[in-house]
Amino acid sequence: MASLIRESATTEARSADVTARDIASSMTAEEVAGRSLWSDARRRFLQNHAAVISLIVLIIIAAASFGAPYLGLRDQDDVNYDMMPAAPPDFATGYFFGSDANGRDLFVRTLYGGQVSLTVGAVATLVSLLIGVAWGATAGFIGGRVDGAMMRIVDILYSIPFIFFVILLTVVFGHDIILIYLAIGAVSWLDMSRIVRGQTLSLKRKEFIEAAHASGVSTFNIVRRHIIPNCLGPVVIYVTLTVPTVILTESFLSFLGMGVQEPQSSWGTLISEGARSMEIAPWGLLPGIVLAVTLLCLNFVGDGMRDALDPKDR
Amino acid sequence: MLRYFLRRVGGAIPTLFIIIAVSFFLVHAAPGGPFSTERNRPAEIEANLKRAYHLDESVPLQFLRYLNGLAHGDFGPSFQYKDFSVSELIARGFPTSMMLGAIAISAALLIGLSAGIWAALRQNSAADYGVMGLSMTGIAVPNFVVAPFLTLVFGLLLHWVPVGGWDHWSNIILPAIALGLPNVAAISRLMRGSMIETLRSNYVRTARAKGLREWTTLTRHAIQAAILPVISYLGPAVANIITGSVIIEQIFSIPGIGRYFVLGALNRDYTLVMGVTIFFGLIIITCNLITDLLYGFLDPRVRYD
Repeated sequence: MASLIRESATTEARSADVTARDIASSMTAEEVAGRSLWSDARRRFLQNHAAVISLIVLIIIAAASFGAPYLGLRDQDDVNYDMMPAAPPDFATGYFFGSDANGRDLFVRTLYGGQVSLTVGAVATLVSLLIGVAWGATAGFIGGRVDGAMMRIVDILYSIPFIFFVILLTVVFGHDIILIYLAIGAVSWLDMSRIVRGQTLSLKRKEFIEAAHASGVSTFNIVRRHIIPNCLGPVVIYVTLTVPTVILTESFLSFLGMGVQEPQSSWGTLISEGARSMEIAPWGLLPGIVLAVTLLCLNFVGDGMRDALDPKDR
Repeated sequence: MLRYFLRRVGGAIPTLFIIIAVSFFLVHAAPGGPFSTERNRPAEIEANLKRAYHLDESVPLQFLRYLNGLAHGDFGPSFQYKDFSVSELIARGFPTSMMLGAIAISAALLIGLSAGIWAALRQNSAADYGVMGLSMTGIAVPNFVVAPFLTLVFGLLLHWVPVGGWDHWSNIILPAIALGLPNVAAISRLMRGSMIETLRSNYVRTARAKGLREWTTLTRHAIQAAILPVISYLGPAVANIITGSVIIEQIFSIPGIGRYFVLGALNRDYTLVMGVTIFFGLIIITCNLITDLLYGFLDPRVRYD
């Protein structure tokens, strides 16, 4: 009898083992399904013509900007005394955007300016991503009073005019470009933290997380295998929408002369120079068109991402 | 209602305090004082200057002094415009900025709401796509790109309006358009979305079913409910207008607060920049508060506890 019980217990244990293995294998199956979510998303994204074209345009702009030193173009500081001051675009000599007041190739300067603007977009977004995810995930995971306090802080920060603080910061500590990267990133994490917190909060109570807990998966692995992948969709969407706002902020500062300083240039400084001399040289506004196209494309890609990753939201 | 009001006001005060404290301590953490120049002044003059501006006192005491001044509407002296206090400079620029901002936001509301409603009523038509395409562009393209183009086309090529200055009513047209455009875009998008949702709701169907004229259904039922998200956007819109005014006043040489702010920032006039930051913060918080209260007042679904 006792042996029978023991046997049934071992069978039970074995069957539990089997169930665990089933769950484990179903989890790998789930991982496959998870990947198919992304391939679904990719398919949906590719069907969105505006988003795909925007992505291609963006890739071209980025490749041209960062590849500018290797394209055999003039240097951004090369001064051509025949093109001084400001000469109109001339395709024969390769001055596609004409030259600026100092006889420098405006097309090349736009490409180099793109390096700065796009880098700001990437770095500042990364900073906002790190702060936002850490803040939101902590608040969502711990919950209770901590959550309340942390989100109350976010509420308060929301109504602060940050752009003026960034300006105050550059006034006080000088126009250091790294500082500008960090400052812009440090003020744009609020939405991200709200999104991640909401996501974590709702995921925490989902059945499959409970199932993972019940089958003995460690907290770390739950976070790694379930929470993070499931947060990724909204985070990716929001990241693509943060990049244009961040680039815009940097151009705003540079336009006012509070961002990037000579000899470096960003799209903001180029637009400001162009606006100053547009009576005699309207082609000086061409960098503005490049900025506008970039921002529009980023917005289209962001919308495309949203439609692809969050089809409910349509 | 009173509790709701008090809670909202109570929420605004710490925000304002944080703005003041952060600006103050940021400025005081600045390397070098406001009087450090390349020239070497005799130590006595330096000391006298510091005493005159209370810079010889401890930082907490200076902070309390500053807070006390703010409570009396005194933003302290400007370190660059030595004959003016920051309050005087703000008072000088405010009427101009206020007028420009008010015109921009009223026009944005009028045009944005009409465009949004129009697009919603003709959903998925060419008009709808046109409005939404323009709105996407309006949101994505920054006003410091739009403003020079407007100037180029309407000022320099067509000569319809002056390109800068501030002495004739026609001076206000281009800046108001440049300032209002991103808000027109945002408002029309918001209004279209919320209007489409409202038009699908049951009570609008009921209103139609009981035989109300379409016009009455729209004005008495649909628009009243659909406008709520736009109301809650007014706070951010004001912040948007204020931020934009800094750029627009610069481009069109308009003597408003934004211009003083930029000049102050470029001349490292700490107290002016700090004062204007706090002043802008105060306006934005006040507008957010009014928006919140208005929303609570207009939307019967908001509970007051």
